[in-house]
Amino acid sequence: MSNSNVLLSIKDLHASVEEKNILKGLNLEIKPGEVHAIMGPNGAGKSTTGYVLSGRDGYEVNSGSVTLDGEDLLEMDVEERARAGLFLAFQYPVEIPGVSNLEFLKASVDAQREARGQEALTSAEFLKLAKEACKQVNLPVSFLKRGVNEGFSGGEKKRNEIMQMILLQPKVCILDETDSGLDIDAMQVVAEGVNSQRSPERSFIVVTHYQRLLDYIKPDFVHVLADGKIVKSGDASLAKELEEQGYAWLQTEPREDELED
Amino acid sequence: MTEQIDKALAREYEAGFVSAIESETFEAGLNEDVIRRISEVKGEPEWMLEWRLKAYRVWLEMEEPSWAHVSYPKIDFQSISYYSAPKSMKDKPKSLDEVDPELLRTYEKLGIPLVEQQMLAGIAVDAVFDSVSVVTTFREKLEEAGVIFCPISEAVHKHPELVKKYLGSVVPTKDNYYAALNCAVFTDGSFVYIPKGTRCPMELSTYFRINEQNTGQFERTLIIADEGSYVSYLEGCTAPQRDENQLHAAVVELVALDDAEIKYSTVQNWYPGDEDGKGGIYNFVTKRGVCHTNAKISWTQVETGSSVTWKYPSCVLKGDNSVGEFYSVALTRGRQQADTGTKMIHIGKNTRSTIISKGISAGKSNNAYRGLVRMNPGADGARNFTQCDSLLIGDQCGAHTFPYVESRNPSAIVEHEATTSKVSDDQLFLCQQRGLDAEKAVSMIVNGFCKEVFKELPMEFAVEAGKLLEISLEGSVG
Ligand SMILES: Nc1ncnc2c1ncn2[C@@H]1O[C@H](COP(=O)(O)OP(=O)(O)O)[C@@H](O)[C@H]1O
Ligand SMILES: [Mg+2]
Repeated sequence: MSNSNVLLSIKDLHASVEEKNILKGLNLEIKPGEVHAIMGPNGAGKSTTGYVLSGRDGYEVNSGSVTLDGEDLLEMDVEERARAGLFLAFQYPVEIPGVSNLEFLKASVDAQREARGQEALTSAEFLKLAKEACKQVNLPVSFLKRGVNEGFSGGEKKRNEIMQMILLQPKVCILDETDSGLDIDAMQVVAEGVNSQRSPERSFIVVTHYQRLLDYIKPDFVHVLADGKIVKSGDASLAKELEEQGYAWLQTEPREDELED
Repeated sequence: MTEQIDKALAREYEAGFVSAIESETFEAGLNEDVIRRISEVKGEPEWMLEWRLKAYRVWLEMEEPSWAHVSYPKIDFQSISYYSAPKSMKDKPKSLDEVDPELLRTYEKLGIPLVEQQMLAGIAVDAVFDSVSVVTTFREKLEEAGVIFCPISEAVHKHPELVKKYLGSVVPTKDNYYAALNCAVFTDGSFVYIPKGTRCPMELSTYFRINEQNTGQFERTLIIADEGSYVSYLEGCTAPQRDENQLHAAVVELVALDDAEIKYSTVQNWYPGDEDGKGGIYNFVTKRGVCHTNAKISWTQVETGSSVTWKYPSCVLKGDNSVGEFYSVALTRGRQQADTGTKMIHIGKNTRSTIISKGISAGKSNNAYRGLVRMNPGADGARNFTQCDSLLIGDQCGAHTFPYVESRNPSAIVEHEATTSKVSDDQLFLCQQRGLDAEKAVSMIVNGFCKEVFKELPMEFAVEAGKLLEISLEGSVG
């Protein structure tokens, strides 16, 4: 297989947090334009995968490799990975009091454009884009003036993440349970936001517990992550099976309580 | 992150250069003769000398205070020189053309051009260099409006009735140890008088610069806003980078007569010492204003410099319906120590005060808010609102809050809110994940934290203050 057609390549990735091995041989290959869903039980290492890929402090890579567009991702700092086009929508978005959403977004976009040698957008140009992005995720424009996630409801925080994604135009978007805790309307807004950004160049990793999000964001592949590696891959129908049967049948080794049965 | 911060704090202090200027500097030491000589070089009238000597005798009887949450070696007051002036100032220059170009260059380097054509329109500057005022700009324009803005040493000659009436009227000689010392040896500073019903046509500012080694700076500022007048005043301060500590003990007195308003802003960036705490300015300052009926005094300060800061800009709300405000950002890093806050003394009826204090600590620094709100028995319907927020960067620094409330009037209302937060790893990670580098992220988070205070600063200075914080934080994360 030619590497040039792979956007993100994860090979035999082993990673640990606080000396505890979490990822135990993760393999995943994503081509431009593909949407991959990752499902799996709590504690499987889904969030850890997002953090390891984005280079968060404290997440130690022990072996394996990751390339983005052929570049060694693991060599880069957090902000370099972001500027190279990696975006992580957080499971629990944090607040930054007093820093307005607009200021934060402009600074982020400026930093990324500068790193890519693009000209800075004027305040007016940026404001126009930001207002459009607000509309797309159904947030009132007044949210641009509010502190980053400050006092936002759960759903507003998640929509704010999608708005950031729309403005930053990344190559690879990792959405970590962006749908959890959302009612059906909010979830649809999130799904539409994602769908609007699908393009032949942009790929997605959608981490979710629920089949219902995948009814709206139709994934090309579904993977089950359990105990730090992918134990099963399939197409969208795999998500349906999982919804009906849970994860237990996929466990690589039977759990002790099952053995006693 | 802590580790990153640790290796960091080796930032540059941009104002740390020394100017090669020939000075006339008194030999170190303090006694009545020294005071007589200060008074003599300034050609002061007899009453001023008497006032100084009286203060000196009061000071001799006093003890250095030790209650603040700061520690530093005992100051040897005999090892300090109490007067230093550029030689070129001896025959007072009449105009800018006569001022030593090296002096002008010094201010230009600090971003304060004193040549009027180059200056920010709408801001008049009094430039104080060591112990003397070297130039005051836009004086004629101000005189047209009846505003007096001149060095205090000149006001002693030209406006003795005002100086006699108000000097020491807000901060009495015996108020505290450093105030008493200042009364005895003060050298220069600014004097402002705004006539009745006048809105001062421009921002006034004083720029204090310590240059000479082993000298103390004892500035004295007196601002009188007559009935129904308004003035906005700003002071800035810097000093060269030296290994020895230097003492700065200023006194600022504000008088807001009926219906007057004074807005006093400070951007303090004295040399803070190096990362091991060597050198830096001891900033021991007494600032207080008195508000008469319906008057308002608003203190806004951005304190980023000095190795030790001891400073409590206060308001005596004497007149009914008068208003006092205190907005403060104090940033400490390295081994800096700050003990700062305010006192709001409510005497009149329906007096109101607001205190917003933002303390930011990084490195191994210590940052304390100390505030007193006193409601006197006559302060019917008085109100205070206090908000003290502390932000920690890293985990080797300290933040402390000492709020004192004395209420002797049951109808008075005092509200106090306090929070302590950290620049969290989560916040930093979010910013970096969006493409910002760590330094930009911290400065943005800190700026956000300070927003309520920055919006009180005059426009140009709000931008300055933001930049100053950014520079101060440079290297505070790896
Ligand atoms: N910062 C951390 N410190 C210690 N253990 C962690 C940390 N983050 C995650 N873990 C552990 O790693 C495992 C995987 O967590 P996570 O990636 O959050 O799972 P998921 O997102 O699939 O539910 C869990 O056992 C969790 O307890
Ligand atoms: Mg998770």
